Order: sequence, then C-alpha cells, then structure tokens
Amino acid sequence: MDKDLKKRLLSAREYVGVDQIEGPLVFVKNTHPVGYRELVECRDRKGNIRLGTVMDTSADVAVVQVFEGTSGLNMPETRVSFKGEPQTLGVTKKMLGRVFNGLGQPRDGGAAPRAVRHIDVNGRPVNPVAREYPRDFIQTGISVIDGMNTLIRGQKLPIFSGNGLPHNELAAQITRQAKVKGQDTDFAVVFAAMGVKHDVARYFIDSFEKSGVLEKVALFLSLADDPSIERIITPRSALTLAEHLAFDEGMHVLVVMTDMSNYCESLREISTLRGEIPSRKGYPGYLYSDLAELYERSGMLKGFKGSITQLPILTMPNDDISHPIPDLSGYITEGQIVFERDMHARGLYPPVAGLPSLSRLMKDGIGEGMTRADHPHLASQLFAAYSYVKDVRNLASVIGEEELTPLDHQYMEFGEHFEKKFINQRADEDRSIEETLDRGWEALSLLPAEELHRVTEDEIDEYYGTVAVRKPEAGL
Amino acid sequence: MNERIAGTVKRVNGPVIEASRIDDALMMEMIFVGEQRLVGEVIKLKGEEAVIQVYEDTTGVAPGDNIYGSGEALSVSLGPGLIGTIYDGIQRPLESLFDQSGEFIEKGLSFQALDQEKKWDFTPLVKKGDFVSSGDIIATVQETQRIEHRIMVPPGREGQIKSIACEGSYTLRETILTLDSTVPGTGDIELTMAQNWPIRKPRPTADRRPLNIPLITGQRVIDTLFPLAKGGTVAIPGGFGTGKTMTQHAIAKWCDADIIVYIGCGERGNEMTDVLNEFPELIDPSTGRSLMERTILIANTSNMPVSAREASIYTGITIAEYYRDQGYHVAIMADSTSRWAEALRELSGRMEEMPAEEGFPAYLPTRIAEFYERAGYMETLSGKEGSVSIIGAVSPPGGDFSEPVTQHTRRFVRCFWGLDRQLANARHYPAIGWLDSYSEYLNDISPWWEERVGPAWAEDRREILELLQKEVRLQQIVKLVGPDALPDSQRFIIEVCTVFKNAFLQQNAFDDIDRYSTAEKQMRMLAIILLYWRRGNEAIRRGVTIVKLRRMKVLQEIIKMKLTIANDKVERFDRLEAKLERSLDRLGAIYG
Ligand SMILES: Nc1ncnc2c1ncn2[C@@H]1O[C@H](COP(=O)(O)OP(=O)(O)O)[C@@H](O)[C@H]1O
Ligand SMILES: [Mg+2]
Repeated sequence: MDKDLKKRLLSAREYVGVDQIEGPLVFVKNTHPVGYRELVECRDRKGNIRLGTVMDTSADVAVVQVFEGTSGLNMPETRVSFKGEPQTLGVTKKMLGRVFNGLGQPRDGGAAPRAVRHIDVNGRPVNPVAREYPRDFIQTGISVIDGMNTLIRGQKLPIFSGNGLPHNELAAQITRQAKVKGQDTDFAVVFAAMGVKHDVARYFIDSFEKSGVLEKVALFLSLADDPSIERIITPRSALTLAEHLAFDEGMHVLVVMTDMSNYCESLREISTLRGEIPSRKGYPGYLYSDLAELYERSGMLKGFKGSITQLPILTMPNDDISHPIPDLSGYITEGQIVFERDMHARGLYPPVAGLPSLSRLMKDGIGEGMTRADHPHLASQLFAAYSYVKDVRNLASVIGEEELTPLDHQYMEFGEHFEKKFINQRADEDRSIEETLDRGWEALSLLPAEELHRVTEDEIDEYYGTVAVRKPEAGL
Repeated sequence: MNERIAGTVKRVNGPVIEASRIDDALMMEMIFVGEQRLVGEVIKLKGEEAVIQVYEDTTGVAPGDNIYGSGEALSVSLGPGLIGTIYDGIQRPLESLFDQSGEFIEKGLSFQALDQEKKWDFTPLVKKGDFVSSGDIIATVQETQRIEHRIMVPPGREGQIKSIACEGSYTLRETILTLDSTVPGTGDIELTMAQNWPIRKPRPTADRRPLNIPLITGQRVIDTLFPLAKGGTVAIPGGFGTGKTMTQHAIAKWCDADIIVYIGCGERGNEMTDVLNEFPELIDPSTGRSLMERTILIANTSNMPVSAREASIYTGITIAEYYRDQGYHVAIMADSTSRWAEALRELSGRMEEMPAEEGFPAYLPTRIAEFYERAGYMETLSGKEGSVSIIGAVSPPGGDFSEPVTQHTRRFVRCFWGLDRQLANARHYPAIGWLDSYSEYLNDISPWWEERVGPAWAEDRREILELLQKEVRLQQIVKLVGPDALPDSQRFIIEVCTVFKNAFLQQNAFDDIDRYSTAEKQMRMLAIILLYWRRGNEAIRRGVTIVKLRRMKVLQEIIKMKLTIANDKVERFDRLEAKLERSLDRLGAIYG
C-alpha cells in the first residue's frame, strides 16, 4: 500500500481507553506501530483535544507525554490518536502582535492566524558550514553590557539572576533600547514565558506597549497556573516562529525566554516519573543536550538577512551559579550576564557582577570600525582593575581601610567610581557607546597610568585623564 | 535493494533502539534503520535481540521497521581528501550534507566521506615484482601544498606486486595496485588510494618510542611551565568561560604539529564556524601556508544527535593515527571530552545499565584510558617516526575538579593544565593555574630545550616556579596583615611575580604579535624577568627601596615586550636587557 495513504489511515484511527496515567504521561497498549516523537491527540470525555508526543515506543506500549496535562482524564474514556508525524506549528508573520499558549494556540480570544507554513517544533540542527559568524554590535545603551559584555546580533546571552532581582527590568530595557548602529531594520520580539506569574507577563506586555512595539511582539505564555508540562513545548513553539521570522521573513528577532529554571524543573519532573537515572540534583543526564537543542536555535545563516538573538532569563536556585541549570546553560550559551544580590542591596542597577559576566562574541564585534579602537583594551583593563579592587576590598575588611597602601586606596576609589558612575544607571537611561567608553576612561583615570598594563601608550595619551576627575591624592 | 535485513525495531527510546529477530548481526556492525536508512551501530547482542545506537534523530522510527545490515564495522574512509574537510561525528562531510539538505541537517542523507570524482596526482614508489606488506608506503599524492599524502598498504595485507599504476591522475575509485596475496586461497588483492579502518580499533604500529621532543604550542605558560611532549596526553579542565576552547584553538593554530585533527564534541555551532572562517585565512608560521592545509575538523555540535558525539572521538583519533602512520606528527584536540562521557552516560542510562558514580557507567574509566592510550610517539610499520598527541578539554560540572570525568582523566594523562576561575574572572588568559597544573614530561624534554634553545632553560624555569610558590605563601600573609608588614626583600618577590604574570604568563590570543611566541622568544622573556629578579634582589640587599625599583622606566617596556618584540626580532631583547642593566647600575650607584 502507498505509504502516505497508510499513514493517513492510521492517523485517523482512534484508540478508546488508555492503560495507565501517571503525571503528564499516558500509556497506551496494543496500538499500531507508532513512531518516536509522533504527535498525539488525546480527547477527554468532553471531547476537548489535548496534544502530546510519543516519548517511548515499543511493540507493547506507547508512552505519551501530554502537554496540556492529564488532570481530568480517565482511563476508559480517553481517546487517543497518533498523527504519524511530529508536532508542527503553523507559522506566519501575522502572529506578531498576538498572544498564544505554549503550544501556539491563541489565548487572546482571537482566531488562529492562517499559517503560511507548518514546521516541526523540535527544529533541526543547523549545519555549521551554513552559519554566519555573528559580529554586529548591538547597542543596548547599558554601559556594563555595551562596554564590558557586549551583545552581538545572533548571540545567545542569558541573564543569570536570582529571585527578587531586577532581571525583568533589564530584559525589558534591552528590548526597548537595543539598536544596531546605522541600521534601520525589520525587527521582531518573540517572548516565551514558562511558569512565570501573570504579573511578570503583564509587566512585559506593558513595557512593550509603552514603547509602542507591541505589534512587533509575539507572546507564548505558559504561566505558573498552566500545566507545568506545557513549559516543555513553549520555548520550542517560540523558537519555531522565531526561525520563520528570521529566515523566511528576513527579520532580526530577539527571543526572550523566562524562566529557564522552570523549564528545567518540568524536564526533571518527567524524567523522575519515568524512573530515569538522574545525574546531578535529580536532573536528567540529557539536560545539557536538551538545553542545547533550544539555545543553539539562534544565530545567523549565510545568505540570509535575518537573525535570532536569544536573551534567556534564569533564576539561579539559592543564587548558586554552580547549580546544574546555570552551569549547563553557561556551557552552551555565548556568555552570561550574572546578577549579584549584594550590588542590588547597595542600590546599584543593573546589579551585574563585573567578573563572572562574560560575552564570548564580544571580541569580534568591538574595536575599530565597530565600536571604537580603544574598546578591547579598555574593557580588558577595566576587568583587571576591578578584579584587583575585589582583592583590596577583602584585604580592607581584614586589616581595616586605613592600613591600605596609597595605591590600594586609589583602587578603592576607582572601584567606587566604577560601580556608581559606570555600572549604575537608570532603567530608562540610554547611553551611547562613546559615553560608555568615556565613562570607563574616567574611572581608570583615578589610577596611576603606570598601573594600566593592558592599554597602549597611545591610548593613554589620547584618553587618560581627559575627562575631568580628581587628581590622585598627593604623597604617593 | 539487495540488502540484508538484520532485524526489526522492537522499541525506540531516543537514540537507543532495541531490535528483535536478530541472527547474524555482528557486534559493532554498522546498520541502517528503517526506510530512511538512519545510520546506526550494533552495541549489544543477546539471543535474538540487539541494542542499536542510532547516529541520527530517531523521530518517526516505529516498532516493526526494518534494520539493514552493512556487514562491516563502523569505519572511516582514509585517503587523500581528508585535509581541509569538516565532517560530522560519523565522517559525513558537512559540505555534502549542505548540498543535499541546505542550512538544516535532515535525516537519512547519503554520503561519501571522500570525494570519489576528484583526480589526484599519483607518484608510485614501488614497482612490479616488489614485495610489500602492512603499512609500507607505495606511492605519494600531494594532498595539499604542504602535505604529501603517503599511500600505504592497509594493515593485514601483503604480497608481491602484480601490477601498479604508472604516474598519473587517478580517482579514489580506481585500482592502483594489485597484489598477489601470500595468504593461500585469497586470490589477488586490489588496492585503491583509499582504505577503511574501524574507528574503535587502534591502528597497528611497530613500536612505541620515548617522548622527548616537546610539542611547541607557542603558548608561554604551556611551553615554559607545563610542556607537552609530542605523542603525549594532556587534559584541560575548566568551568565554563575559563578558556578551554580558546586554548585549544590557539594550540590548533600555532603548535608545531604537521597535522591537526580538531573535534568539536558537543559544543557550540558558532565555534566550528569560527574555525572554518579563520583557519583558511591564517598563515602557518613554519611553512607559510594556510592553516587549513593541515587541519581536519570534526563537528558534532551540542544540538546534533548525542550518539554521534560518542563516535566523533573515535572518528577523530582514527584519522589522526592514519596520518601518524604516514610519518607525521599529529595533534588532536577534543573539545570537550566531558560531552563524550555524558553521551556515554545518556546511552548507558537508556539501556538501563547499572550506573556507577553520578550516573556514569562503570566502564567510563576504561573508555577514557583506551582513548588516551591511542596517543604516543611511534615507530610506524614502515619504519618511520610519527606521533599522536591528545589534548582533551574537560568540562567539570560547577567547575569542580573532583567529579568523575576529571578524576578519571587525570589518571590517564601525564600533563594537566587546570584552568582557574579566579584568573579567568580577572581576564588573566590563558587562565592556566600555575599551582594545580603539572607536566610529567619535563625531565624528558629538558635536554631538547637546553640543546636547541638555551642551556639555562631548566634552571630558569625552576627558579621562576619557586618564586611563584613563595609568592603564594607571602600573599597569604598579605591577606591577613597587609603588604606593609613584609620587608622589601619579600615584597620584591611579590613584585617580580606580578611582573611575570603580566609580562609573561598572560598572553592575548587576539594580538597579532602576542598570539604565539617561539621557544626562543619565550626563553629570552623569561631571562629578562629573572635578570630583574636577581639584580633587583641584590639591589634591595644593598638598600635600594622597592619603590625605586618599581619606578624604573624600563619596567614598562618589559611588561609590554610581549606586544612590542616580534618573534623574528628577538635580537631586540639584547637592547632591552642592556637597558635594564644600565637602569639597575644607576640605582646601584646611588646607593653604592
Ligand atoms: N587566551 C585568551 N586571550 C584572550 N581572551 C581569552 C583567552 N582565553 C579565553 N578568552 C576569553 O574567554 C572567553 C571564554 O573562553 P572559552 O575558551 O570559550 O571558554 P570555555 O571553552 O572554557 O568555556 C572567550 O570568549 C574570550 O573572550
Ligand atoms: Mg568551550
């Protein structure tokens, strides 16, 4: 028999009754041979359809993970059909300006926009030979990012935050202010919420509305009170649309995903239910590969106009950066913006920790012709000096500030200035890259020029002390 | 299609397939699953059942699908055309996959690891009637401007040459040599320029040789403090962002190996793109040719199927051994071996094997050992010398070196470059910590340095390491009571170490001059810093203050010498040295 015909006939077949329900998993015995990761429709007794996917298939039983949860399903009356192909999302540019659930179904009361394509939500690996290495500098107007941890178009740069820290504010500020110098481009924002509260979603919607970009934003919301299993599919739906916008429509897409920790927890839940051998902290051994499947869906492709820049947000359990979620993310993403609770407590915004934060793509996107020629050396010098400040502060806390050498005092002063005048800024303050770099030099000018090993003599001649600052104390 | 059906799919659990109705399938046999012909390998046989790992995404595979056998172990194709190619974990050329499926990799694509159409200029080295055996070099082909590919008799074959193609252009499909086999009853053996070899089996050699030649990497902290020998093994463990990949890239670019095999194992797609963009543009300092002319890339990025990640390491090392057998020095980088170990863990978990530590299978240490054992400095079957050096990155969870992969790797490597989070945070790169790292090759390679570079090398190196060790203790005191509590003589140790760290250890991979240093430049730089130490120490003893020493103008020049004195201008160190001597003389004169 013709294979396609056979597939269609089988996908119309409906099995009445299931054999076991456990958490979000449904077990169906005696089916026709169903394919791994096939899309599944579960019809509850009221006739509502819930979607799922096949996670394990054998001659005896198919294990189905139901994205909308299993609450309200019973064994005898649940009807299951297998669709013969993986889950797809119908995509179109018209999805911008709309709100969807994690599966991509409208939750704003409107009708589903007519799709121009149906794409497998799981995505496929990009061939490395087809990638275009990202190098376009995005000015976010935020000094600690632009100056020290530059965001590049096509980068995946997560925010490692903690509960109660202003990651939403920062993500919203980046979304509002991000621009590429000298380019007026077609941009879009895809926002994926996983397990966050309504007010977080509200906050972002309001922020998009205020800056007048709401019609450029597609939201995929799977909120705290939605079934937790839906979080597994939410970022996949969002990224599927993002790929369509970037590579079919030529748009520059910024994808904000929050909170990745909730996503990982759902993954752990399912893994535990299936009795899989856990690796660290109960998370499955494949957490790395699974996260990579999401994070790697970013970047640029040769010969294509668009790009996908990812800004995932995750809250570090207990502010612990070595916890598997931030740890594995850091191994996959192209850097990280790390928040420090202590800076937040001191009233600094954004509370971005100077040292553990990193942008791996910065090196190719800054310097002459991109930002300013002195940028690479300046950033490196700021890191080095600020790292020494941390040592001096530790020392001061032991021996007392008075006992510090004059040079160390200068470092203390530099540190203060750097945090208050360089890092700290208002949530609506949009600094040009030149202003950011000048502020960097202003801070460095508090140190003796001989201390600046990472900048060149020429750079010192040109920028050192040019911005009005107090003279170093006499007596050194 | 005239294929052998080896069994049928019984269960699909991610990349692991349980198969039934198995009878003649071979262990490690390469098989194809379903009508899409997904590539897989038999990894377990039990009665009528088998476990198969599939190297492609198994979406859509269903119970009852056919499994086709190939009759051969999972192998790589070896021959001219490997160099300059980027492959996936099972040696599918990514360019050819791109031609078939575009930007995104589809499943079930057909492939030829080596170009079968391309004609190579063939120069025979043997003639009709000669007797040749395993590993003998029978011909050469100029594979790239820089690499002469030496065509060898495959291991296990020997006989008298019945006919050999004359000099000319041939494709890999054409028979170039016919042997009258010595093994009775096995008829003639026809050879082409390519051969196959199973990836999990080390290629044979004649003998192992001692490791006494350093692999010069151009990275000062490595070559001077913790050197690697040609044929040696090293692990680079480090948390994320500490510089594993950058270090591997730097070595791939500048080390003095003939051939580089770079395996991106479960890491970022953009990093492979970066290499693909950058290497063809970079010029190898020793030959003046593009770096791509000595490089083979293997990419199983983190979003590619996990089982191919497990295979990628073996694909890479087999290719490395093949060039070693031709008499080349090969360096292989695996970034990161932890992803390979995790792939083992995932597959083992899906097979429901009993886990040992942290979910890793009990055979993890054996696998790690087997891999590193494939390194070495060898006498080849044809009597040449060749080596494979393995440089493996390790990505410990949470940056904690006590985890199983780091610990087991440590047992089987003889050199250890531990990346330090503190250094990386301060943007001190390469962030190789000088307290945790070590090299067991030191004594064996010291004679090379002393003969070729400078007689004082080992002694200078020892002295600076000793200072670094002293400095740690002094810093502990400083942390408690502040630097003022130390006498100038001790503060000067800290001062010299600071200079050494800034001027020598730190090396900027992005600076055109600093990105690599020749052995000679390294030795001269070290000598100048030690001159500052020895004479400065003397001056302090005579009453010169540390502030005066620090204020010497020449010190700024010393700190920036790495950036200002190019590799081919080492004579300028003479001037700098003289200047330092003069400044010190002047200080000495004042205090007399
Ligand atoms: N030798 C070096 N010179 C300059 N920068 C470096 C060097 N090594 C690392 N870096 C910086 O550190 C970042 C992370 O390095 P990488 O090698 O990618 O880390 P890992 O592979 O350990 O996660 C790089 O993007 C680069 O900015
Ligand atoms: Mg890396």
